[in-house]
Amino acid sequence: MQKVIKKLSRRNEPYIFVVLLLLCVLIEIRSGQFFTPNNLVDILSAAVVPGIFAVGAFMVIVSGGIDVSFPALASLSAYATTSLLLESNYQGGIWLPILIAVGFGALLGAFNGLFIGHFGLPALIVTLGSSSVFKGFMQGTLNSRQFAVIPPGMKNFGLSPLFIATNPQSGLTARMPVSFLAFLAVLIVAYFLLQRTMFGRGIYAIGGNEVSAHRAGFSVRRTKFGMYVFVGMISSLAGLMRTCMMTQMHPTNMLGMEMNIIAGVVLGGTAITGGAGSLTGCMLGTVLIVVVENSMILLGVPTVWKSVFVGALIIVGTGVSAVQVARANRVHVSKKAALKEVRQ
Amino acid sequence: MNATRKPAARLRALYRRDRHVWRLSLMMVVWMAFMAITRFEKFYTLINVQTMFAQFPEFGLMALGIMVCMITGGIDLSVVGVANLTSILMAMMMKALATADGGLPVYAIPLSFALSMLMGAIAGVFNGALVSKIRIPPILATLGTSELFTGIAIVATNGKAVSKLPRVYATSINSKLFGLIPVQLIFFAAMALVIWYLLARTTYGAKIYMIGTSSTAARFSGIKTDLLLIKTYMLSGLCAALGGMIMLANYNSARADYGTVYTLQCVLIVVLGGVNPSGGSGRISGVVLAILLLQMLQTGINRFPEISSYYISLIWGGVLILIMVLNYFTENNIRLFGAKRRV
Repeated sequence: MQKVIKKLSRRNEPYIFVVLLLLCVLIEIRSGQFFTPNNLVDILSAAVVPGIFAVGAFMVIVSGGIDVSFPALASLSAYATTSLLLESNYQGGIWLPILIAVGFGALLGAFNGLFIGHFGLPALIVTLGSSSVFKGFMQGTLNSRQFAVIPPGMKNFGLSPLFIATNPQSGLTARMPVSFLAFLAVLIVAYFLLQRTMFGRGIYAIGGNEVSAHRAGFSVRRTKFGMYVFVGMISSLAGLMRTCMMTQMHPTNMLGMEMNIIAGVVLGGTAITGGAGSLTGCMLGTVLIVVVENSMILLGVPTVWKSVFVGALIIVGTGVSAVQVARANRVHVSKKAALKEVRQ
Repeated sequence: MNATRKPAARLRALYRRDRHVWRLSLMMVVWMAFMAITRFEKFYTLINVQTMFAQFPEFGLMALGIMVCMITGGIDLSVVGVANLTSILMAMMMKALATADGGLPVYAIPLSFALSMLMGAIAGVFNGALVSKIRIPPILATLGTSELFTGIAIVATNGKAVSKLPRVYATSINSKLFGLIPVQLIFFAAMALVIWYLLARTTYGAKIYMIGTSSTAARFSGIKTDLLLIKTYMLSGLCAALGGMIMLANYNSARADYGTVYTLQCVLIVVLGGVNPSGGSGRISGVVLAILLLQMLQTGINRFPEISSYYISLIWGGVLILIMVLNYFTENNIRLFGAKRRV
């Protein structure tokens, strides 16, 4: 038992879980509205899109990179899909849009993957450049504008509920969107990839140390390329889900989400230097950010304070884990850093 | 034979030392020539040039701040947050000091200027302390403070714009020295000179390059890395504050979400200017050239009404990736044309 506690206390997930729980309880005490069925469903449905994005951002950070292009990528492929289907007057179901969007996503992800994987360029710079390219392509070449109407298949998908939660006291209802299933599917696939395949273990290995991973027989180029393609695919899926849930196409609506998503991933204990982190932590961090963003009113705090809270949360959260890392293995870290720099 | 070879070799050495600067200059010359051919009478006017030089200082100053941080191997994503916070502080102060007839007492502008710079310095020191003392990775620390500063700005203004400022401030910043040089440009040039001096002529500059190259080695050779990092982020905060004050004059109002696109744009500029994102190298000449190039591209494209101005971000991102790929080829001695260079 002691061993288990010791092991758990070294990890980040229990802390973040406790913080999340405390926050929820605090909101419940202040408002009595948090643990109601409709509020929980509302929060879960608000977490669908950030959650899928977070899975992608998580994989990239674990591999030692950082991706700031996913909102632009998702906007571009969701916009291209929607306008393509609107032009061809598409009346069918949701599967074709998903297929097209994911296809576009794979293509755009391959663009990132080519430069980061094949040429070995720094991920931050490439994704900065590609997010600018994607945005320019969408707004310039495709001349994007807002669509108030989306194809009926997508609209139905966005509106149809998985189930409806009703608050027994107030009678307020909340719909659980079907897109939550897509979120779950992405989670399961990502978990399987990361934990059960050579490809996924390769991502962790590359993030830990690229040279050792290469020596151990991982193809760094191919793994990185494949990972960016996968991240492009799931980001596009998230973009399409967002469009469906809003039942209109808002091309620039998602831009600027990247920083909060990355913050959530890192809050969940993912090492920004790569090689360490768990999907559980990543999800806890993301949910924490979503709860803070969505529950200010329940706490009785005016919504203008939102950014202050999120900012303070990021600073305190990353600060605590930074201090933790430094204290736990000061000697170890300085040795490792020295070795790393000698190598460079 | 020797005589003919030497200048070429010297030229090549010069090119290799300042590869980024040369490439950027070349691109700029090409673009200027293109504009001269296609839109000469609209681009090469005094007013247009003056407008360009009045526009870039606001983001140029922020880019300078990001540059010094990137030389140490860090990054400062909070520049826009700091700029907005200071511009709001300054706007509120000027409104409070304004006399009934809408004028300002003589001491008002210097006082609010000094307090705003102080504000920028404090924000920078806060960033620096998070990065050096608590050892949060710079990208996360400044990401968090960016959100925090923006949040404070939103709370202070309730999310609305602070406007109806005394006219004196905007008109004095927007005026031209000797009827020729925009005042904004003078602020930018002064700051660029200060940073050039610090980087190239002082031990402080040499030390931050060392931190960027290897912070462990720097620490072991007796450099007080923590203090230096705090100073560097403070410098960045000062740049951002100055940028914010110019932004205030250009818009004649302040709001918490002005200029949010500048963050990534400035990082782009700095990298394009040849600063290595992992630290240790980069010159101010490259960054200034990159700022000028961006402004020229932007203004130039605006001269073609049939081309959507959104293409600028497409071009910009494309140029960045192209430069990185070119670097990849030169660094790995790969030649697309001709024989492989002997190492």
